[in-house]
Amino acid sequence: MTALAPHGIAVRGLSVALPGAGAVLRDVSLRVAPGECLAVVGESGAGKSVLARTLLGLTQDVPGARVTAAELAVAGHDLRRLGRRGRRGMRGRDVALVLQDALQSLDPLRTIEAEVGETLAIRRVPRAERRGRVIAALREAGLPDADGLLGHRSAELSGGMRQRALIAGAIVGGAGVLIADEPTTALDATTAVRALELLGRLRDEGRALVLISHDLRAVARVADRVAVLDAGRVVEEGATADVLDAPRHAVTRALLAAVPSGPKPGGRVLAPDAPPLLAAREVTRRYRNVTAVDRASVTIGRGEVLGIVGESGSGKSTLARLLIGAERPDDGEVRRTAACVRLVPQDPLGAFDPRHTVERILRLSRRGDAPSPAALLEQVGLEPALLSRRPATLSGGQRQRVAIARALAAGPDVLVCDEPVSALDVTTQAGILALLRRLQRERGLAMVFISHDLAVVRNVSDRVAVMRDGRIVETGPTEEVYASPVDPFTAELIAAGS
Amino acid sequence: MRGRSARAIPPWRTALRWVLARVGGALLVVWLVATIVFFALRSSGDPLEAILGGPGSQAGPEAVEAARREYGLDQPLVVQYLLQLWRVATLQLGDSYARRQPVADLIAEQLPGTLLLAALALAAAWALAVTGAIVSTSARGRIGAIVNATLRGIEIVATVMPGFWLGAVLILVFATSLGWFPATSQGSHPAGLVLPVLTLAVPIAGFLAQVSRDALLEADAAPFAVTARARGAGEPRVLLRHTLRHASLPALALSGWAFGNLLSGAVVVEVLFARPGLGRLLQDGALSRDVPLVIGAVTVVAVLYVAVVVLTDVVELFVDPRLRGPRPAALRAPDVAVGS
Amino acid sequence: MIRRLGVSGAIALAALAVLLLAIAWPGLVAPGDPLAISPAEGFRPPSAAHPFGTDESGRDILTRIVHGASASAGIGLAATALGIGLGLVLGFAAGLGPAWLDAALGRIIEVLFALPTLVMALLLVAVLGAGAGSSILAIGLATAPGYARILRSRVRGVARSDYVGYARLEGDGPLTLFRRHIAPNTLWPLVSTATLGIGQAIVWVSALSFLGLGSPPPSPEWGAMLNAGRVYISTGWWMTVFPGLAIVVTAVVLTVLGRRLAGAGR
Repeated sequence: MTALAPHGIAVRGLSVALPGAGAVLRDVSLRVAPGECLAVVGESGAGKSVLARTLLGLTQDVPGARVTAAELAVAGHDLRRLGRRGRRGMRGRDVALVLQDALQSLDPLRTIEAEVGETLAIRRVPRAERRGRVIAALREAGLPDADGLLGHRSAELSGGMRQRALIAGAIVGGAGVLIADEPTTALDATTAVRALELLGRLRDEGRALVLISHDLRAVARVADRVAVLDAGRVVEEGATADVLDAPRHAVTRALLAAVPSGPKPGGRVLAPDAPPLLAAREVTRRYRNVTAVDRASVTIGRGEVLGIVGESGSGKSTLARLLIGAERPDDGEVRRTAACVRLVPQDPLGAFDPRHTVERILRLSRRGDAPSPAALLEQVGLEPALLSRRPATLSGGQRQRVAIARALAAGPDVLVCDEPVSALDVTTQAGILALLRRLQRERGLAMVFISHDLAVVRNVSDRVAVMRDGRIVETGPTEEVYASPVDPFTAELIAAGS
Repeated sequence: MRGRSARAIPPWRTALRWVLARVGGALLVVWLVATIVFFALRSSGDPLEAILGGPGSQAGPEAVEAARREYGLDQPLVVQYLLQLWRVATLQLGDSYARRQPVADLIAEQLPGTLLLAALALAAAWALAVTGAIVSTSARGRIGAIVNATLRGIEIVATVMPGFWLGAVLILVFATSLGWFPATSQGSHPAGLVLPVLTLAVPIAGFLAQVSRDALLEADAAPFAVTARARGAGEPRVLLRHTLRHASLPALALSGWAFGNLLSGAVVVEVLFARPGLGRLLQDGALSRDVPLVIGAVTVVAVLYVAVVVLTDVVELFVDPRLRGPRPAALRAPDVAVGS
Repeated sequence: MIRRLGVSGAIALAALAVLLLAIAWPGLVAPGDPLAISPAEGFRPPSAAHPFGTDESGRDILTRIVHGASASAGIGLAATALGIGLGLVLGFAAGLGPAWLDAALGRIIEVLFALPTLVMALLLVAVLGAGAGSSILAIGLATAPGYARILRSRVRGVARSDYVGYARLEGDGPLTLFRRHIAPNTLWPLVSTATLGIGQAIVWVSALSFLGLGSPPPSPEWGAMLNAGRVYISTGWWMTVFPGLAIVVTAVVLTVLGRRLAGAGR
């Protein structure tokens, strides 16, 4: 067995079987040296999270789990030989975990000080020393006002600050190995960039970092090497640049191909001087003392796709609801010269009556001489066999297609899509985007495409409007805005997304 | 949703709103009880008859006169209603003409016994519920599945178990056959309290156990529990410092309602174990159609219930800091750039 | 549907069938007169001739339990029907009506729900007098707020759901929305709630009888039998245990069934 420096990971032939799930990891081998970052990527269900928990010794605690390996060394410990106690001892002190969604990853009932300092409290570090080390860790994680934060709780911090606090809790014990499981998934693009920069800096200071993610773009920013996981096996591994530029395995290629990038294929469908079908003029919408939409103006012409992009809380969804008429603006007006506007909602499951079958849903939404439910399903690439099923029994991608079919059933002129692919896998996403592009081409549909993901928006839209805090800060043809943004916030968004 | 928000809400405003909400709730209860009582009295014909102790009461002319005056029966209906509201609000409980005693005295005599029973039963129910919840999360794997299924079954039976049957069975086993505890009791002699408290506690324990167990299982699988274990926390620490607190929240929220249920159960338990108390008084009053007594007892129960709800709300504020309301907006500032 | 009930649900369903048979045709399950007095046979413990023993007047307890099923279950059913009926009116009014009505009714329902059921029932019985009829009225009125609370929450959830919102945007009118979405999604889950509720109501009704405020003797209603047997508990335990067992088993069966239905409907 090669002796690694105390902080590092050496795994060879790792196989994990869980009760009820069978073999989850098969013959996995990887190495991470101190000062190096390895990204583990793959679709959901590939076994990434199980790998993370096995490196921490958590999987071994699950009753009925079988973990075998020719070599399993983490931070200088041979995990195969350690008992329960030993594994618990090394957690927090030598290896640390950073999860996603810090709102639930930090105990919402405890103070930041208690949570960040827990590793130390477990090892009976005296209170005064604990406090000093917690403040130091918070500062190192990029929170200069650490003293002020100690007494607060996770819900009182913004998403980015929460993630930093979580990372602080991981480094406060002096761990040399960090395992980050989807650390940026719940964050805005700009915040995610900063979190990744922090992780990169921690790696530069000599720690070994394992970054688990399904977001290949995030990975490219920080990782030195990439390992691709598929159904429990490592199918490809190498330096980041090599894997991303010249992928060898089919799975890697599929993952890369599914990532939206570049301009909209096929360009505009119709000439840009068609009269506007849908126009919002200086619309404002307030809730109590929050202004969700502030004097926004957009127009959508026949056959064009307008993308609306912005971070969470920017007012995109409210604007969508104003455009389709679900809510009335407090000021300004929405003018609809289009006969028919339909919505493809963010959460299709909630938008279907749970007791109705797909057939009934489609039938009830038909207007005029729309095609039959079976024909509608065919148009969105689904088999007629799904007609008798209930939406709850369909996959996320299938449900979204049914939602699109339902919107088409009314023969709309404008389709408003509110984050239609945000909850989907990368490969499923690509399929839905291709479908929307095809439908738009075939029918000359006008579309409003709302998303927080710039690459997705760029892939679909002819024109784009950037929203921030309820206001539209920039609009224009997509490629122009992306190439030379005028507003500084737009520039920041674009830099974060590429 | 961020949008652009206006100024932050100062903490004293939040506290004031909380207090006002509680006071409003209490007033609502009082008003409702008064209204129900008002209609109940007048629902079966002559209210005078009901007040004096139902058909067949032998109230003399002075009693009739006193009743008429006290309840304002020769005044217009609206005035009577307002009078009723006033009486309930000031806890003027009137006289039981059937027993020729002020209702307040009767109740004051019997109340402590019932309160003792109810308080002990609530504590016992909590203890049983939390123990059950901890046992079911600690047992893992296949044994855990069996333990869980058994506990679930016990809980269902416990929840629907009528107090009069459980008490009778307990008396049979522990009093008549084994002789460990007395079949009837009164006062605060510990041996005499065991069976009544147990009878009262079991249905509530079943319900609280279900709720706590579900919450504990959910908390145990939550990300923050994973993070705690990843920091090196052992199972006892995860339980005591993290998950138990989360698991107690729904049970705490239900404690007010549970207390109300306990008061219902106390009626049956006191009759079964021949213990003096508010419950026995209520039953006597209902049997003898002594309406002023029953009204008085119901009013007292309503007031007690409101007091317990307020108490649980205060305790909840301590256990779950998220309820204390939003803090100043300063902390919601956007993310700060690092090392640049 | 049967498959989704699971083992416990299937057993519960079978037990329910026996109960229904006992209600509809007691003579088939237990031939004999529940009211036939035979003082010489009084206080007999359980035996081959009398599986559940006899009471103080020599009446066979098993026969009385079977014949009492219709009384206990019938009263429980009637009380639940009253409670659900009232609950539906209040729940729909609050959930579908204007905001002020929802707010007002909501608070009132919450408060009424919190007041202890038996205590409220006792108040009503004190005024109305004892008996089967007032038991039904008392339990029905006392449990109505509980149903109203569940229904209001359900109706509100459905009325404010995304799918109703979508249908409204597509141009469906309020009656269509009610017929197609709101009513089915509110009423079908009610079946499971009602099943649970009947079990609870039977327990409450028996409690009232136990306290001497329900069906008068010599009715074979289970709670009344408990009340009568309570006095003799040290000498004739079977007079208390078996009627009580019938109540517990019925309530458990209905609860298990109700929960299984709730799970199966999801």
